[in-house]
Amino acid sequence: MDNKIAETKIPPIRNGTVIDHVANGQSLNVLKILGVNENNIDSVISIGMHVPSSKTNGWKDVIKVEDRELDHATVGKIALIAPDATISIIRDYYIAEKFKVRLDDHIMGLARCSNPNCITNRGEPVVPEFMVEDRNPPKLRCVYCDRMLTNISENLL
Amino acid sequence: MDFYDKDLVSIRDLDREQINYLLDLSTEMIPYARGEKVKKVLDGKVLGNLFFEPSTRTKLSFESAAGRLGCTVIDVSEMSMTSMSKGETLADTIRMVDGYCDVIVLRHPHEGAARLAAKFSENPVINAGDGAGSHPTQTLLDLFTMKSAKGSLDGLNVVLVGDLKYGRTVHSLAEALTMFGAKLTLVAPESLQMPKDIFNHIVEKGCKPSKTPILEDVIGQADVLYVTRIQKERFPDPAEYQKVAGMYRIGNAILREAKSDMIVMHPLPRVDEILPEVDSTPHAKYFEQAFNGVPVRMALLCAILGGDINGQ
Repeated sequence: MDNKIAETKIPPIRNGTVIDHVANGQSLNVLKILGVNENNIDSVISIGMHVPSSKTNGWKDVIKVEDRELDHATVGKIALIAPDATISIIRDYYIAEKFKVRLDDHIMGLARCSNPNCITNRGEPVVPEFMVEDRNPPKLRCVYCDRMLTNISENLL
Repeated sequence: MDFYDKDLVSIRDLDREQINYLLDLSTEMIPYARGEKVKKVLDGKVLGNLFFEPSTRTKLSFESAAGRLGCTVIDVSEMSMTSMSKGETLADTIRMVDGYCDVIVLRHPHEGAARLAAKFSENPVINAGDGAGSHPTQTLLDLFTMKSAKGSLDGLNVVLVGDLKYGRTVHSLAEALTMFGAKLTLVAPESLQMPKDIFNHIVEKGCKPSKTPILEDVIGQADVLYVTRIQKERFPDPAEYQKVAGMYRIGNAILREAKSDMIVMHPLPRVDEILPEVDSTPHAKYFEQAFNGVPVRMALLCAILGGDINGQ
């Protein structure tokens, strides 16, 4: 039922990725993670915002990206802002792979520390690192300054 | 207990057993710290004392601790005197200093600096304060002072009073005391209460701290009164500062409500939060606390650099 509703609103794709069960209102942040802007789109991207979700009896967002399969780092970033999202890799209209996003226990380079006085924000040659203390909602502790990351969507790299 | 070649960046790097080991070793260091006995067990070692922020007690007590053990100290006291003023990164400074010494002691204005230094240094790094972050050797000397005065840390009733929001010493201390089952009372106005992050952490570790803005209500049960300075620069309105600072001025009048063996501690420098009349009472432990920085740092240096004070 859930898929049917989504598919009637958003046409199926031949090849690419479907990101489903994105938290309601987060689809534009997911596009930011995908690095999509008006200058670099060379495939079709369809977005369903505020789509009914039978899984939660609430609302969700759905994104379909044609001709692109997401790498591990991108999936990790999506898990930061949409921890319930599922990823389906579509090949020739069939679901070739389907999995839930999942944050690793330790993440590097996906977000910057929200503490402006953290040494990682002072031009040092280091990649920000976080320990994942909770996955849903994500709670991340900076390995360097020990502070919890706040405003995750604003601090994505 | 294997501390050899290990970093000390945060008090969270240590467990209860390791803390007890260091505190016991600190007791053994006291006659050496006072100069009553001499043993140069770290002869030939070099300590890099990098202080990129002002410090009196921490810097001097590390120098004293190293000197008592025969360890040579090379130091930097101002960022303007280093290549960092020319734009060198901390990472490069650390890699360079690492080649000149056997252990690095770092005080830096930015949180996480010591963790970064530990990543870039082959030799062990001791955090001597990173911004508003950790100051683990202060925590160790605070615990040592409490244990020396009260005999044990288990189940102590500790009242932390003053600036619990920005005062970094109380954050690490609260976490460490939680490991020993201490009962914590947090006395501060709501605007200067313990940050939620730290508060939640100690609650998760099993402590149930109580909060109040009124010191008079809780001083009677305290075994330890740990006072911190309320920093004037945190208040945009000087009148508000005066009001808050005046709430927690410790004098003999309020100490009449306290147990006779309650101790008063302060990481120093104090401004006027403890009146001089308290100095001559048996409650005052803050100068002893400052002295304890030497035996505790001697113990830590011996543990990390492999000096055996009980050996031949």
